[in-house]
Amino acid sequence: MSEIRLMKGNEAIAEAAIRAGVDGYFGYPITPQSEILEYLMMERPEERTGMVVLQAESEIAAINMVYGAAGTGKKVMTSSSSPGISLKLEGISYIAGAELPCLIVNVVRGGPGLGTIQPSQADYFQATKGGGHGDYNLIVLAPASVQEMADFVELGFELAFKYRNPCMILSDGLIGQMMEKVEFHEQKERTKDFDQSWATTGKTKDRERNIITSLNLDPELQYEHNLKLQEKYKRMKEDVMFETFNTEDAEFLLVAYGSSARICQKAVDVARSRGQKLGLLRPQTLFPFPEEAIAKLSKRVKGILAVELSAGQMVDDVKLAVNGRIPVHHFGTPGGKIHSPDDVLKAIDEKLLGGF
Amino acid sequence: MDINEIIKPENLVFKRTELMTDKTLSYCPGCGHGTAHHLIMEVVEELGIQADTIGVAPVGCSVLAYEFMDIDMTQAAHGRAPAVATGIKRLWPDKYVFTYQGDGDLAAIGTAETIHACNRGENIIIFFVNNGIYGMTGGQMAPTTLEGMRSSTSPYGRDLASMGHPIKMTELIAQLPGTVYVTRQAVHKAANVRKTKKAIHKAFEVAKEKKGLAFVEIVSNCNSGWKMTPVDSNIWMEENMFPFYPLGDIKVDGKIVKDLMSDLM
Repeated sequence: MSEIRLMKGNEAIAEAAIRAGVDGYFGYPITPQSEILEYLMMERPEERTGMVVLQAESEIAAINMVYGAAGTGKKVMTSSSSPGISLKLEGISYIAGAELPCLIVNVVRGGPGLGTIQPSQADYFQATKGGGHGDYNLIVLAPASVQEMADFVELGFELAFKYRNPCMILSDGLIGQMMEKVEFHEQKERTKDFDQSWATTGKTKDRERNIITSLNLDPELQYEHNLKLQEKYKRMKEDVMFETFNTEDAEFLLVAYGSSARICQKAVDVARSRGQKLGLLRPQTLFPFPEEAIAKLSKRVKGILAVELSAGQMVDDVKLAVNGRIPVHHFGTPGGKIHSPDDVLKAIDEKLLGGF
Repeated sequence: MDINEIIKPENLVFKRTELMTDKTLSYCPGCGHGTAHHLIMEVVEELGIQADTIGVAPVGCSVLAYEFMDIDMTQAAHGRAPAVATGIKRLWPDKYVFTYQGDGDLAAIGTAETIHACNRGENIIIFFVNNGIYGMTGGQMAPTTLEGMRSSTSPYGRDLASMGHPIKMTELIAQLPGTVYVTRQAVHKAANVRKTKKAIHKAFEVAKEKKGLAFVEIVSNCNSGWKMTPVDSNIWMEENMFPFYPLGDIKVDGKIVKDLMSDLM
């Protein structure tokens, strides 16, 4: 039986994790995502499903607990917010190098530095371009509602295990803190017959030992390993996800994800009521990025405006997808401030329509 | 009598553990790591727990420990082995999980992870090989480098005023309620090897009981880093390391069994 609840985005992630049969969560408090750990502790998931929940001494320890635990082949996750994710990046690079599946939630706040606790999308580069050291990529999901916060937990694990790669839910303080209706599926059992062929389960006589490592001192081997990773990242394109609104007859296109996409949707509605033929493409996966869909639309529309809660990050990927075919503009609000639909409409008039 | 007449099963007094792989050890001749590896694997073999044991390798000389120990292992980021082991143990509460770390890994970059894993009383074993130097990176000063000891980053000797004091991690963590068994041993002489093996056995017993963390420090030499012959390095270790890092049990069955204050003076 499914169940409808009114919840914060952060709480929805926590409840979805328990219901998805996640085996372990390791976290450290940081605003604006502490509700995830708080909710998990309150719910006693140890009793509900046997899920392990542990408050670590730091974000660094938490991600390394995830690294060790993910190596057992089970479903494990962590969550944090921007400064905390910066601390986790060393561990995330190891997890990507060792090809371990896990889920990392980033409820983004404004930066740089300690920044602010208000919502931001300024961690786009960090999330989608690797973030830590070395050539690697995360699968990056961008929820735009409390419902997607819940749904992307299970989707995230599905993709993480499909590719044996860490997956990140790139949310922000707005989606994390706001309350919305959210529908949950029934409780799922924790998986007992998971793939143990590569995991640290204890070496038995009938198999070679399983080693979880990202170390290949021999450059030939590291080179081969890197090629294999790159091939995997390319394959991820088949799981690209995006939504479009009013793009069928659109003359101009907005590209926005997460909370910024919600604001843009309103702006598109208002523009349409004024007779302006505006559409919106909302990437749900930021890696893989919906470059083909954007390239295709760029052959039909006259211009694109990328709208982000940052000084301009995703716009680079939009430009790469468009490849100079049409003008690509950017409207962004950095530092934890949130633009309104009116701000977006003004930018549409000035930047997008102004030149035509 | 022909020597081949002696070589028969009933005369066997010692046999190399089958839980060490055939890979040639990457350690310098004379180094204590190889002995420490063998002892841990001997104990795992004697207890028959190969299929129930997961090790965590550090960053440092023993980064490749997983090449030599024939068990499932995870290689951790520098200093993070106790957190990695925590993650494994929490998900596999019935497995034996140990870390194998050097002094730079455990007592410098991984101080927080070490102290908090000990303080939470994780049911893991920490093996701490202390040779007072960073071996793998070429002999730099470690958190446990003695006063006046020369290294490539303390070429005129460790100056306490500017470089700080050598840290006694083992005495420090013994004071945390989460540790059950804390001991300091060595592996340079047969008698010490026997004592260390006994300590490793004890550590696995503690892990089996799940009453908290077992911590075994092994004071070792680093003849390459110390720029000495293996024999000289062992003599130097006895004369200099042991007075500052005295051997013996510090905490047994959750009770401190030695006067920590006298050592700290």
